[in-house]
Amino acid sequence: MDQLSRQFGTFTAVDRLSFQVGADQVFGLIGPNGAGKTTTIKMLTTLIAPSSGRARVAGYDVSGTPAEVRRRIGYVPQLISADAQVTGFENLWVVAGLHGIPRAERRPRIHEALELLGLRPVADVLVRNYSGGMIRRLEIASALLHRPEVLFLDEPTVGLDPVAREAVWEQIEQLRSRTAIVLTTHYMEEADRLCGRVGVLHRGHLVAAGSPAELKASLGRPAVTLQDVFLHYAGEEVELGGAYREAGRTRRVAARLE
Amino acid sequence: MSPPASSEPAGAPAAPTYGGRLLASVGQIATIVGYEGRKLRHDPTELLLRAIQPALWLVVFGSVFSEIHAIPTGSLSYLEFLTPGVLAQSVLFIAIFYGIASIRERELGIIIKFLVSPTPRMILVGGKALSASLRGLSQAVVVLLLAVALSVHLHLTPLTVAGVIVAVVLGSALFSTLSMVIASLVRTQERFLGIGQLLTMPLFFASNAIYPLSIMPPWLRPFALFNPLTYLVDALRNLVLPAGTAMFPLALDLGVLFAATLGLITLCAALYPRMAQ
Repeated sequence: MDQLSRQFGTFTAVDRLSFQVGADQVFGLIGPNGAGKTTTIKMLTTLIAPSSGRARVAGYDVSGTPAEVRRRIGYVPQLISADAQVTGFENLWVVAGLHGIPRAERRPRIHEALELLGLRPVADVLVRNYSGGMIRRLEIASALLHRPEVLFLDEPTVGLDPVAREAVWEQIEQLRSRTAIVLTTHYMEEADRLCGRVGVLHRGHLVAAGSPAELKASLGRPAVTLQDVFLHYAGEEVELGGAYREAGRTRRVAARLE
Repeated sequence: MSPPASSEPAGAPAAPTYGGRLLASVGQIATIVGYEGRKLRHDPTELLLRAIQPALWLVVFGSVFSEIHAIPTGSLSYLEFLTPGVLAQSVLFIAIFYGIASIRERELGIIIKFLVSPTPRMILVGGKALSASLRGLSQAVVVLLLAVALSVHLHLTPLTVAGVIVAVVLGSALFSTLSMVIASLVRTQERFLGIGQLLTMPLFFASNAIYPLSIMPPWLRPFALFNPLTYLVDALRNLVLPAGTAMFPLALDLGVLFAATLGLITLCAALYPRMAQ
């Protein structure tokens, strides 16, 4: 990813961002609300076009060959993408179909993914009766169906209670051996626990990058946490930042997860 | 032991051949339509409620205007003349608000699932348009059953019923794609509903659905000829009413509907990705 930028009108959401993620890595983008995390993920998943700069995902250019990129990525958006009106199995059936997984292979693949995320017993339950943690796990299952090379998780545990969060973290840890993972979060303990490398995003700029240990060491003080690193680089905007729209969305996600 | 073919690393089925792509697209369309079918099966309330309006048009409006002979329909009874019009109208009404489902899917985040898949945008929109046709067809069943119950003389043979299905599928696809174009442009329910309401009545009244073009004020006729609903009504009259009661040949009606649908799908495919923002 090289010099990637995106403007909305005169507002620059992401400004000349450059970073690389290895095939066996978990890379975390951290930053306050409105820092440009979701915009970055949306550019990398071909959902919005970059205003300038280039990015390659799984070897393909997101602007030039978006369809090839889409074939090779899984995406769990910040907003829930599972459909509450149908069952968990049916949710995965649609995604399998859209990815062109042959009919004969669909059922075993879906069962495999549900098994992996511990959802096999509730496969035929309508998603509106799932708990928040179950919905997140269903979405991760759905993003894994076509065996992606890169998995994008946008704030995977936002709105979850501690028990469900722990369950999702354990699932993500298990997935590390299967696929490269790019995740965004504003929970520092999440980045600390899951990510091999972390980038701190602030007002669209990448202000620091490295392993959690390197970032902590860079402050040159004893006993620092990733929270301190974040405060050091992003200022005091943790609570203040964030657009109204994004706050509204987070609330809605939380409400739907209840 | 699994055969080597199924243990290929990535699930991405690289299908560079033309035939392979066509087959993949058919599979993707089938998936999208099947999805809609499953949703309707889980909750058919909307379809049942939608049956009420055409029933009122036929039973109340149709019967009253048949009695008073207010609208000249030649050799046909008014109810015969009206039945294809009510069928077309109920297809229009159910399809023109289909875009709200896309807006809802956008607000709930469901639309991301479609946009992030490798399904080409044309196929996504085409699949959605055909999904809307399922709803349109349910209306056709209701209207035709009502017409039979009211003993309206319709020319129903396997061939004409097949023709009605084709016309209803095309009409639903056309108006639902128009609806998705508007949804992609405005992206919020409030604005969408406003525009939907604004569009529905002119489309309905500037057509031949409930009265022939010949009794329309002359200034309105050109609009009616630009109105795709006119061609849907005319196609249906061609199919279920005696020869000589339609305005244009059936091939022209279906051709206009098909061309307009294709044009709108192309336009909508370009606009639909806006829903990811």
